Amino acid sequence: MKIVVEIQRFNPETDKEPHLMRYEVEAEPASRLLTVLMKIKATQDPSLGIRRSCAHGVCGSDAMVVNGKERLACKTLIKEVAEKNGAVIRIEPLQNLPVQRDLMVDQTRFFANYLHVKPYFIPEAKSGNREFHQTPSERKEYEEGTKCILCVSCYSACPVIRDVNPDFLGPAAIVQAARFNDDSRDRGIGKRLARLDYPDGIWACESRFECTRACPRGIKITKTINLTKRKIKELRENQKMK
Amino acid sequence: MFEYDALIIGAGGAGLYAALEAGKKGKTAVLSKLYPVRSHTGAAQGGIGAALGNVEEDRPDWHAFDTVKGGDYLTDQNAAILLAEDAVRAVYDLENKGLPFSRTVAGLIDQRKFGGHTRNFGEAPVRRSCYAADRTGHMILQTLYQQCLKNGVAFYNEFIVIDVLIHENKCGGVIALDLATGELHLFRAKAVLFATGGLGRMFRITSNAYANTGDGQAVLSRKGVPLEDMEFFQFHPTGMHGLGILITEGVRGEGGILRNARGERFMERYAPTLLDLAPRDMIARAIHTEIRKLRGIRGDGSVNDYVHLDAAHLGESVIGEKLPDIAEFSRTYLGIDPAEEPIPVQPTAHYAMGGIPTDLDGRVLFNARGHAFAGLYAAGECACVSVHGANRLGTNSLVELIVYGRRAGRHMGQFVAEADFPALAPDATGPAKNRMQKLKSEGDGAGGEELRKKMQDTMTASVGIYRNGEDMTQAVDTLQELRERYKEVRAVDQSKRFNTHVLEILELGNLLDLALISATCALKRTESRGAHARRDYPERKDGRWLKHTLAWLEADKVVLGDKPVDISRWKPKARTY
Repeated sequence: MKIVVEIQRFNPETDKEPHLMRYEVEAEPASRLLTVLMKIKATQDPSLGIRRSCAHGVCGSDAMVVNGKERLACKTLIKEVAEKNGAVIRIEPLQNLPVQRDLMVDQTRFFANYLHVKPYFIPEAKSGNREFHQTPSERKEYEEGTKCILCVSCYSACPVIRDVNPDFLGPAAIVQAARFNDDSRDRGIGKRLARLDYPDGIWACESRFECTRACPRGIKITKTINLTKRKIKELRENQKMK
Repeated sequence: MFEYDALIIGAGGAGLYAALEAGKKGKTAVLSKLYPVRSHTGAAQGGIGAALGNVEEDRPDWHAFDTVKGGDYLTDQNAAILLAEDAVRAVYDLENKGLPFSRTVAGLIDQRKFGGHTRNFGEAPVRRSCYAADRTGHMILQTLYQQCLKNGVAFYNEFIVIDVLIHENKCGGVIALDLATGELHLFRAKAVLFATGGLGRMFRITSNAYANTGDGQAVLSRKGVPLEDMEFFQFHPTGMHGLGILITEGVRGEGGILRNARGERFMERYAPTLLDLAPRDMIARAIHTEIRKLRGIRGDGSVNDYVHLDAAHLGESVIGEKLPDIAEFSRTYLGIDPAEEPIPVQPTAHYAMGGIPTDLDGRVLFNARGHAFAGLYAAGECACVSVHGANRLGTNSLVELIVYGRRAGRHMGQFVAEADFPALAPDATGPAKNRMQKLKSEGDGAGGEELRKKMQDTMTASVGIYRNGEDMTQAVDTLQELRERYKEVRAVDQSKRFNTHVLEILELGNLLDLALISATCALKRTESRGAHARRDYPERKDGRWLKHTLAWLEADKVVLGDKPVDISRWKPKARTY
């Protein structure tokens, strides 16, 4: 089918403002949007700035806004976003982060927020050199957070960051903290508490669910954030009672 | 100019592990052309092979033997024994760093069957693969990156290494392009480790990421470093039809079965004992043969034909718990639910057994006699120890990253603690600067897309699963011609900042060099062994060919040599399953 792909372009060396450019291209309905973008880059406009790698939704490189919604380009089939011949697909870079070039955004703040919550294993000291014990049901407790590929979609979709508080820690960082806080082998929740329990931290979340809708890995982000809020409240209560 | 004791090039499993080790002893930085969490280690699915014996009896001995036989006896046996022994410690180490393995009811790391892994030297399949659903690679990459953050490892993200500085057999650093600014930078070092991954993008249909373009192998090769066993490239039997996206061997480890158009479990004819858990090269050839004999699902014997991977009998629950990602790929891209219908699969270019030759400590060798450069290391898929010989067993790649990535990092650490910065050659940065200038200069040749397509078509048709002398001879000529034409390629986009077009042209140059080397080595080896299968030489010939191939790229010629194989433990035998 013939489709029109409208892409927001911005070259920091020549442009003062972003602008839209239109490309007409033939595409198979069952093919990936990423394949179409790479075809445009190869045959029509090599200057298109785009990040991509695995092309099947596990590396998180090609998150972008497609027809107004955050998607991974390699997990989006043309038929999902273009219904008939002549349909227009609008493509923009992720939101809430500065644009570096075209569809490439500066992820520094996203990764800084991620690092902020101490997103690594802090176990108790252990004797012996075998594995920590963990039952299948204990393993399920933190399954959600392990699926995260740090694709930045949730951060982009968050209306709090966009309209209310640009300093909000963001959904991914909280999910990554929860991955460890809920891991029966981890003992680091005390160290992570201060990194979550502040106004721009977990409490800025307003349960708007846009993150959950945007997540290409189907992580129940809002639920995880709210469970973490509850856990923090309980911990603080226990601390007061002592 | 930047100065570090140790530089790691590549931020996948091997690179990150090496960084953790080297960082204990010296000022270390990782240069990666991708953000580390985008590295292709993250796409690995099936598991890490290690003889923990959590689910049934197992021994490192058996694992080592399976690896040697799986490699069709081209595996260096000392390397395989070391891999299997250290695998156990390495898996516990990963778990102790937080890796979220799937668990047995008793709370131990769970293990499942995998192709070519047996108990008691080939008796029957054994549960050796330690796994995290079908996302084991993702978990390893995330865990190691988290540990690097915890330990304050320095990262230079989206820096592309375009040249390595070697002078009097000592490595003194690299030249890297900063994607953000378009500037070249000299990184001076006492030691450099390359962990840049594979080169599947030589082929048209591949499980590999766009980023897998053999950068480490190419950069070193152009500087006079030999490459080893480049003719051995694995085609994974079960890529998704038409797309090449990997469907893990773990599906068959859980009980999935390959069927032809007649519904037959055709592996009964090709590997009576191991069936669908035979080594990958054997299954890829079996599928190829079934299709050629018009027993593929389409029945037309064309390149578009395929077979079925039937996992419906496993049930929704097992698939949901143990194979959730591949179920999602199948639903997303083909509209097929594996719990209901079989998945259409065909072989896909997957893994490079060959690469930069190293010793057991990851030191890069410059000849067949085991002499190593000072301060130059390689680990992971871009290296060739050789742990995989002529064919790699599933789950052995992830083990290799953590065993040999760690060993290389350790040796590096010890080395830089005592070494001085080596002298650089006069005008060390000249060649890299000239190359970039040429790309940006006026010229007729545009970006090179046509060359890329022709290379991939040539490699797929002539240096694929089944090869013959005539086609390979033609392929070598074609690739030489493409390399000539590549010299005229110029960047259409001349901007400096975030110029991904220039990056793609550099990557294409790497692939062309490596494709020529691979095709030349494949043409030279007149036998069939492991993944290298020739219609004109269908037998394995140990008398003449039980040796590794070495290849030097000298300007526009490939010069070949060889290197002995360590067969000190098991006598090579016929490889049947």
